[in-house]
Amino acid sequence: MSTAMAHALNASLRGAMEADDKVLLIGEDIGQLGGVFRVTDGLQKAFGEDRVVTSPLGEAGIVGSAIGLALAGYRPVCEIQFDGFVFPAMNQIVTQLAKYRHRSEGQVSLPVVIRIPVGGGIGAIEHHSESPEAYFAHTPGLRVLCPSGSQDAYDLLGQAIRCNDPVVFLEPKRSYWTKGELDSAAPSVDMEQARVLRPGTDLTLVAYGALVPLAVRAAGVLAEEGREVEVIDLRSLSPIDDASVVESVRRTGRLVIAHEASQTGGIGAELAARVQIQAFYELEVPILRVTGYDTPYPASRLEEDWLPNLDRILNACDTSLSH
Amino acid sequence: MTTQPPSTDPWRVLDSAGRLRPDRRLPTGADALDLRAAYRDMVLARRVDIEAIALQRQGELGLWPSMLGQEGAQVGAGRALKPRDVVFPTYREHAVAWCFGVDPVQLLGLFRGTTMGGWNPRERNFNLYTLVIGAQTLHGVGYAMGIVRDGDVGTGDPERDRAVLVFLGDGALSEGETNEAFVWAATQQLPVVFFCQNNQWAISAPFSVQSRVPAAERARGFGFPGVRVDGNDVIACHAAAHQALANARAGGGPTLIEAVTYRRNPHTTSDDDLRYRAGSENDEWATRDPIDRLRTLLTGSETPERIDEVFLADLAREEEDLAERLRVGCRALPVPDPGDPFRHTLERMPRELTRQRDEHLAFVTAPEGDPS
Repeated sequence: MSTAMAHALNASLRGAMEADDKVLLIGEDIGQLGGVFRVTDGLQKAFGEDRVVTSPLGEAGIVGSAIGLALAGYRPVCEIQFDGFVFPAMNQIVTQLAKYRHRSEGQVSLPVVIRIPVGGGIGAIEHHSESPEAYFAHTPGLRVLCPSGSQDAYDLLGQAIRCNDPVVFLEPKRSYWTKGELDSAAPSVDMEQARVLRPGTDLTLVAYGALVPLAVRAAGVLAEEGREVEVIDLRSLSPIDDASVVESVRRTGRLVIAHEASQTGGIGAELAARVQIQAFYELEVPILRVTGYDTPYPASRLEEDWLPNLDRILNACDTSLSH
Repeated sequence: MTTQPPSTDPWRVLDSAGRLRPDRRLPTGADALDLRAAYRDMVLARRVDIEAIALQRQGELGLWPSMLGQEGAQVGAGRALKPRDVVFPTYREHAVAWCFGVDPVQLLGLFRGTTMGGWNPRERNFNLYTLVIGAQTLHGVGYAMGIVRDGDVGTGDPERDRAVLVFLGDGALSEGETNEAFVWAATQQLPVVFFCQNNQWAISAPFSVQSRVPAAERARGFGFPGVRVDGNDVIACHAAAHQALANARAGGGPTLIEAVTYRRNPHTTSDDDLRYRAGSENDEWATRDPIDRLRTLLTGSETPERIDEVFLADLAREEEDLAERLRVGCRALPVPDPGDPFRHTLERMPRELTRQRDEHLAFVTAPEGDPS
């Protein structure tokens, strides 16, 4: 069934709440309003105010109370309204949530999911277009997932909620209303695994989140020029499935990594480092990255070219292929 | 405008001279504080503290945050708890841990460097020490939300109803997270009691840096009652905590208790308090010692709970045994396995972390000088 990603997420939340009455949702405006992106639309009506909690404004409170709820045996799913608003909760996420299992010597896991709409490309004002994934991926004790479409959004969120580890779940907000096929009965791919979306022999192109559809389009354009590009959707940003990427690069000898987040210290840097260790002699050319720049996210009139767009991805692929 | 706002005297029933003033607000019958047991708890908990400082001096602990002078507040609160209640401590609640049955040897691991925790928080409903000031206030609030959803509040069944007791210090009053916790607790009428030991000093910052009003007065602005109590009066502290917890278990919502006390020792064994406060201030507070005043009461002739030389001799012997158990137990705390941090990071160890663990274990087990 063709379903918008926001609706797939809603269906996944509904399914998780029906399957386990310890699952509850907590966040700003998620009740009657259904959240500013309507991802929780109708859920408070279906499950009541005790299980779909409209919280006071306070991101530390959302995550901090979720930790307490998890200690009490619940499986809270937090919604942070926008990427740029997660920072007041960083103390709870980094010093408490991520460390608790280690601090308790493995005796207590905290099954908390933190959903965050991320990324740009929607003409938004400041703090509404950011890509904070590297902060979380750099924090041991967290899992970081980022779906690129409806089926993965549904599958990954379900797995995240069932997982006993804390999961930061990043939802590319410009994909919310993109429709894709959703089969809620289909077996889901393990959340730690990357996925090959299009096989190819000449170059490996890795992306995640909102850049995945662009990567697939880029591969289509290059195919018309006779270049076969293998597109990999990373899905999990921590842990990173470098094995799948290495396997691909050993065949193609070329790797381009694309992400919206700024370049320095990003997911692309980590992936490139791992690939060059494992596939150094199979690489034909240096690994290239197409990323947001190392500036604060720009005013939206500039974002179209600041973000890795189709042309920038194609440029990088051309550079790699023409070496 | 530099005038100080009016401040109410903290509630007190047992004064510094050990005189007990009858008060109808004190719990009675089975709910009354067992004064002999409270005295024993304070003495033994203080001995844990003294012994831990000694162990730090001997190099057995890296650090110790002493609670000297705060035994009245902590034992008062600790003895008001029921087994199903849940405690969220800071890192200085050694006497509360004692009252709630946590093995004091387990308190030492965090400061010896053998663990980041030390006990299973689910076994005793006593959560792990929290070093980031104020962070635990929100965990207590979340746990209280869980209690509400479990239906374990306001049933009238004393075996079922439960509440959360969150500890914080005067410094934590300034943290944003503490204030968020107050908002959440108030607007959801959660079964949580915030027990603030105002020990006057947040490391080197006096209370006046944190607040223009007594801590207890903060509560009214959030919409729940605040109680100011003499933190060196174990009987008043117990009564205040008992009443607030009973109210919380019954569905009456949160209370903030401000126990006015004094941190007699430096912030930790690494601190030098004479750089920021006068020794005379400490001497003054020594005259209000919580243990001394209860001993004066209990050794007096008019008390039904009178303690005698035999009781004190038994207790002194118990102290020595405890001290020896701590010394031996501390040195016997197991050093973790180098693989433990890897094992305890995530429930299912990712491939890359497994690789890093194997590399690390190969490194630490390799003979010296062998780079392979």
